[in-house]
Amino acid sequence: MSFASGSLLPTMVRRERASLAATVLAPVLALLVALILNLSLYRLMGRDPVAIVYAMLLEPFMSWASFSEVLLKAGPLLLIAQGLAIGFRAKVFNIGAEGQFILGAIFASAIPVYFPQATGQWIWPAMLLFGAIGGALWASITAFWRVRLNANEILVSLMLSLVAAQLLNYLLLGPWKDPNGFNFPQSVMFQYDAMVPTLIAGTRLNVSFLITLVLSLAAFVFMQKSFSGYKLQVGGLAPRAAGYAGFKQGSAIWLSLLIGGFAAGLAGAAEVAGPIGQLQRSISSGYGYAAIIVAYLGGLHPIGIVVSALVMAVIYIGGDNAMVSANLPIAAVRVFQGSLLLGYLIAIAFVRYRLEWPKTAPKAADRSPS
Amino acid sequence: MNAIEFILAGMLAAATPFLLAALGELVVERAGVLNLGVEGLMALGAVLAFIVVYQGGGHFLGFVAAGLGSAALSLIFAFVTLGFRANQVAAGLAIGILGQGLSALFGKSYESLTVKALPRLAVPGLSDLPVVGGLFVQDIVVWISLVATLAIWAMFAYSKLGLVLRAVGENPKAAHAIGYSVITVRVLAIAFGGAMAGFAGAYAAVIYTPLWADGMIAGRGWIAIALVVFGTWLTGRIFLGACLFGAVSLMGLAAQATGLDVPSQLLSSLPYLVTIIVLGIISADRRLLKLNGVASLGEPFER
Repeated sequence: MSFASGSLLPTMVRRERASLAATVLAPVLALLVALILNLSLYRLMGRDPVAIVYAMLLEPFMSWASFSEVLLKAGPLLLIAQGLAIGFRAKVFNIGAEGQFILGAIFASAIPVYFPQATGQWIWPAMLLFGAIGGALWASITAFWRVRLNANEILVSLMLSLVAAQLLNYLLLGPWKDPNGFNFPQSVMFQYDAMVPTLIAGTRLNVSFLITLVLSLAAFVFMQKSFSGYKLQVGGLAPRAAGYAGFKQGSAIWLSLLIGGFAAGLAGAAEVAGPIGQLQRSISSGYGYAAIIVAYLGGLHPIGIVVSALVMAVIYIGGDNAMVSANLPIAAVRVFQGSLLLGYLIAIAFVRYRLEWPKTAPKAADRSPS
Repeated sequence: MNAIEFILAGMLAAATPFLLAALGELVVERAGVLNLGVEGLMALGAVLAFIVVYQGGGHFLGFVAAGLGSAALSLIFAFVTLGFRANQVAAGLAIGILGQGLSALFGKSYESLTVKALPRLAVPGLSDLPVVGGLFVQDIVVWISLVATLAIWAMFAYSKLGLVLRAVGENPKAAHAIGYSVITVRVLAIAFGGAMAGFAGAYAAVIYTPLWADGMIAGRGWIAIALVVFGTWLTGRIFLGACLFGAVSLMGLAAQATGLDVPSQLLSSLPYLVTIIVLGIISADRRLLKLNGVASLGEPFER
């Protein structure tokens, strides 16, 4: 192993085996670094960092009511990220969860929009199922483009998200606009039976949160215990080995995208049939993109993702709080998210590498040929 | 003015943000690095240029600020991917989210404000031609972008710099073995790509539509990345692709002007739909991509 002597900079040296400590510490370290950097930024902007820390990190835990909002926010992030992580492990980079989420919301809304008078306990489960199918269908376009046409799934899935946002606008300004809605771009309010039942009285937390937890468990079993999950992972880690073993790359891509689309679509359906109660423009606060960060921050592991989804939900709710109490612009949440992922990508390097500092004072004589 | 004249006259200006960002990304990818943060780099450049121009600094300083700011952000990308060998896809997305966030943060108090665009310069004689005359009445940045396109084409075709860049992208180990610093070349390429994305954003915000609105880049950074694939990593084809997208984004306006009864949302998503379709057509020719693609694209370099 050569290292650049003559420089005072440390070099990265590959570890003999991956460091478990670094794996666990990386997200914590990333969070701390992002926190320090962002608080300094708020300080520069003339905001009070102490008030922001209070509003962002403590207030969400101060009451059961606000903590239940954190759980509510964590739901869609968790669900989408579990789906995406399965694809990311297979090196299928579906970054169009935002669009799959929107399509899920649209498909689910079709039922109450076209049958506003319908009653019965079948409605909300049917909406969730429709939404999941809608998300999977939208993702299947990307899968087809990738498998049959060899097109880059990153670009196609992202473009489809931009198209989905326009489709949502079209529906809300046109055929699905609430005729009694004072011309606002939103659908009718959904009827009672189109709403997912509340889980805990007095909060907005609903049954979809339970479904999310069950599906997280399913993701764990699928990725860690099943043969299909194993095939996906081998395909991601060693595509050639997967090829020799006869694991088809095409089916891995289809499976990854369908799972990702299904989960994101279900999350979209659960939002309109849950806390929102109608189809609107602002159904997603960038969940599809934030979930990418959640997936990475959780180490692409189903259990890690549960933790990172909670962290991201605290940042969202805390950001809302800080907007009200400390006049922090809402865009600060996106800055925080971006710096968090960058911090994590740096920290995670230490799982496989360690730093080696130059041992002696650099001299010209030390310069060894590499 | 009929629709064809309208599109011909506006095409180059509409194409310029795509062209500048795609040329930058071309250099980055030729050096073997995939930077998916172009959208965020453009958004940051756009807001910096807008603030400088709005505060009276003038267009030149606006472009300088955009170039420096976006190059600085892209160096963070270089630090993470080259210094720490991070996954380039994830790091690019992170830079994109960060850039868009910073753009929204800095631009918050400028929402819906406007600045003055630049005057257009006509080529004497040619600009009086029927139908195509509009092509020869453009602002100075368009003319500079055309020269930059030629310069980058010549750099790849004839210069040693172009050869070194390609060697680093095609076979970094061999480039290292013959004495080139792969990391240095890649850092410089990334900074160049960042500055170009910054210029592209600046053009969009202070010349093409000199009005600040959050999210004004609207996917153009992503289309620029797609353009590099469409152009199969060749400067000339990327230029043609950028012109195609310039024309497509004007088609919406032209269609509305003729009173065609099409939902405006369909017209707005036209560039995205065209991207998806063209990406499918070009990529389906696997041999073409393999022949022209960059061998080490996206892979971290380890000695």
